[in-house]
Amino acid sequence: MKSYDMPIFAALIAVLLFAPLALYPVFLMKVLCFALFAVAFNLLIGYVGLLSFGHAMFFGFAAYISAYTVKSWGWSPEFGILGGTAVAMLMGVVAGSIAIRRQGIYFAMVTLALAQMVFFFCLQAPFTGGEDGIQAVPRRPMFGFLDISNDLVLYYVVLVIFAAGFLIIHRTIHSPFGQVLKAIRENEQRAVSLGYKIDHYKLMAFVISATLSGLAGATKAIVFQLASLTDVTWQMSGEVVLMTLVGGMGTVFGPIAGAAVIITMQNYLAGFGEWVLVIQGVIFVVTVLLFRRGIVGEITAYLRARSAAKAAAAAGAAQTA
Amino acid sequence: MKLKPFLLAASASVLATAAHAEFTGGVIKIGVLNDQSGVYADLSGQGSVWAAKKAVEDYCKENQCPAKIEVIFADHQNKPDIGSNIARQWYDVDGVDVIVDVPTSSVALAVNNITKEKNKVHLNSTGGTSDLTGKACTPNTIHWTYDTWALANGTGTALVKTGGDTWFFLTADYAFGHALERDTAAAVEKNGGKVLGKVRHPFPGQDFSSFLLQAQSSGAKVIGLANAGGDTINSVKQAAEFGIVQGGQNLAALLMFITDVHALGLQTAQGLVFTEAWYWDMNDQTRAFAEEFAAANNGAKPSMTQAGVYSAVIHYLKAVHELGSDADGAKVVEKMKSMPTEDRVFGKGHIRADGRKIHDMYLFEVKKPEESKGPWDYYKLRAVIPADQAFRPIEEGECPLVKKG
Repeated sequence: MKSYDMPIFAALIAVLLFAPLALYPVFLMKVLCFALFAVAFNLLIGYVGLLSFGHAMFFGFAAYISAYTVKSWGWSPEFGILGGTAVAMLMGVVAGSIAIRRQGIYFAMVTLALAQMVFFFCLQAPFTGGEDGIQAVPRRPMFGFLDISNDLVLYYVVLVIFAAGFLIIHRTIHSPFGQVLKAIRENEQRAVSLGYKIDHYKLMAFVISATLSGLAGATKAIVFQLASLTDVTWQMSGEVVLMTLVGGMGTVFGPIAGAAVIITMQNYLAGFGEWVLVIQGVIFVVTVLLFRRGIVGEITAYLRARSAAKAAAAAGAAQTA
Repeated sequence: MKLKPFLLAASASVLATAAHAEFTGGVIKIGVLNDQSGVYADLSGQGSVWAAKKAVEDYCKENQCPAKIEVIFADHQNKPDIGSNIARQWYDVDGVDVIVDVPTSSVALAVNNITKEKNKVHLNSTGGTSDLTGKACTPNTIHWTYDTWALANGTGTALVKTGGDTWFFLTADYAFGHALERDTAAAVEKNGGKVLGKVRHPFPGQDFSSFLLQAQSSGAKVIGLANAGGDTINSVKQAAEFGIVQGGQNLAALLMFITDVHALGLQTAQGLVFTEAWYWDMNDQTRAFAEEFAAANNGAKPSMTQAGVYSAVIHYLKAVHELGSDADGAKVVEKMKSMPTEDRVFGKGHIRADGRKIHDMYLFEVKKPEESKGPWDYYKLRAVIPADQAFRPIEEGECPLVKKG
């Protein structure tokens, strides 16, 4: 079947190129950071079938590293972001090699436990600033000439980072490597019997996911000029699960839609005060009960059913003729 | 209709300051940014929004409104990225001129930085961190009601002076708890008291029994709770079960508010000692304010931080009225610092060069259930901490604004 991923992605980028004309750029950057985070998370749950409940550790810790190196060591932002991403990758190797030994609820619990360790480390370590976080991270020129203190310039930088991250994930999913991951998701035993060293595949997927989560977190720290405990709490791990489920688990664009919906609610409904969380909860319940495939999942399923029906009708017409 | 007071005010300010009134967007827009759904919702929340609206109403009743004034609010959910996103959007897109309240120190510091960057005004009432007037101070921020240094110092000093001269600390084991303990212990020792010991509990903690027993057997007259939020609530509850207060020891909370006492109930909270900047039952004016507040807020009395929002907004309006402009945030704050503060709720005071609002603080003791006349009648005044001693000396704060001047 022909894939429409690339045309859709091109259209999405085209829309995003002009989005700052209508929407506030800082808000859009936040959506993009979380969209990248959710896309990275989706690689694990959607394509390998591993539910990580500790992805905030990569996201949040990379944010701390990027904020700290830029603020205290005077690194330029591109190195800060790369540094944060690299640390997230190393953490991914360590956490991944421990966690992938188990499946299902045990996998989730191991990742949660590791994430809690990172949380307590961040709470206690002197460099994170405890409850206050790392604040007032300067927005120095990127690559020495891009003035990212201008929100609009920074927006396009973030858009490039997001697009790159998305393409990496997309390539991963649609490579032979990705096929093996899906095989593992569908039937682990069979993949083993076919001779695949599934642990290597799982670890690799875990590390890619962790690295890109770190990239999202490190970028976010530059955008908001701060890194704080919020990003390493288990609630953040839960939020990314929520985004992925609402958008559509295991679909390419689902996590992006989910991130956009959740972040939009948090921002534009902030005036409703305490009702935001209630609304968020209701949407989650409705999604899980009625649209189990998520926003994008339902749309794809509908389109597929329609084209299948058309094909069947065409085949039927050909037979009678 | 709306143009008329604006024109009047404009012409008045022409007479007064020989400048014409310039309010960005023709509106003075006040944004109340706080917690509407989480742990600080009772303390700030809708009560603060009401207080800001009330301040506008009262100001406009007494003086002509200098321009159309709007109050908007949002929930930052105690997350710095949400708070900072809203703050940026308010300043950049929605034309907000001043952000008030802002609990949770990480959010408060984030808003502090953005406000400076955009040259607007930040009046913090519910945030606790004393960094706002210390290392992180800016020419655009005023810290209104209290800070952790004032609470720690006030409780430490006033308790030693009224007889509580031996202390034992129960400290949450992270930077914030350590800082509270350090500041309080310094105040205790400076006033001739003695710290007999301390114990660190994990954060967040559930079971405090072994720590409390250690504190009980230390024989210290005062047990200082250098923790916050749920930890304080839990340790107070468990201390009540051990009968620590009945045994003659005092429990001193270093970060506690009237809304916490209300949630705990007098049976559990009795005998607890702590410092606050304001209590509704102090004089006729505060009682009148509390009556109005209660009528609009399901019978609840205002907390000190909600009262602080009222007081801060009144003073802000005075300053922009006199300046005839709200465009330059640093100038507005400078004006606010140059004028003495006075309003019916907080009384008289002034603002220091580092942005610290100065007023008396009070050491309160929670009443026994039989002493209380009803809900919200909770405090006995134990000592007044005079304004000149209540806050961290300006030279110790390391505020860059002060060094420069």
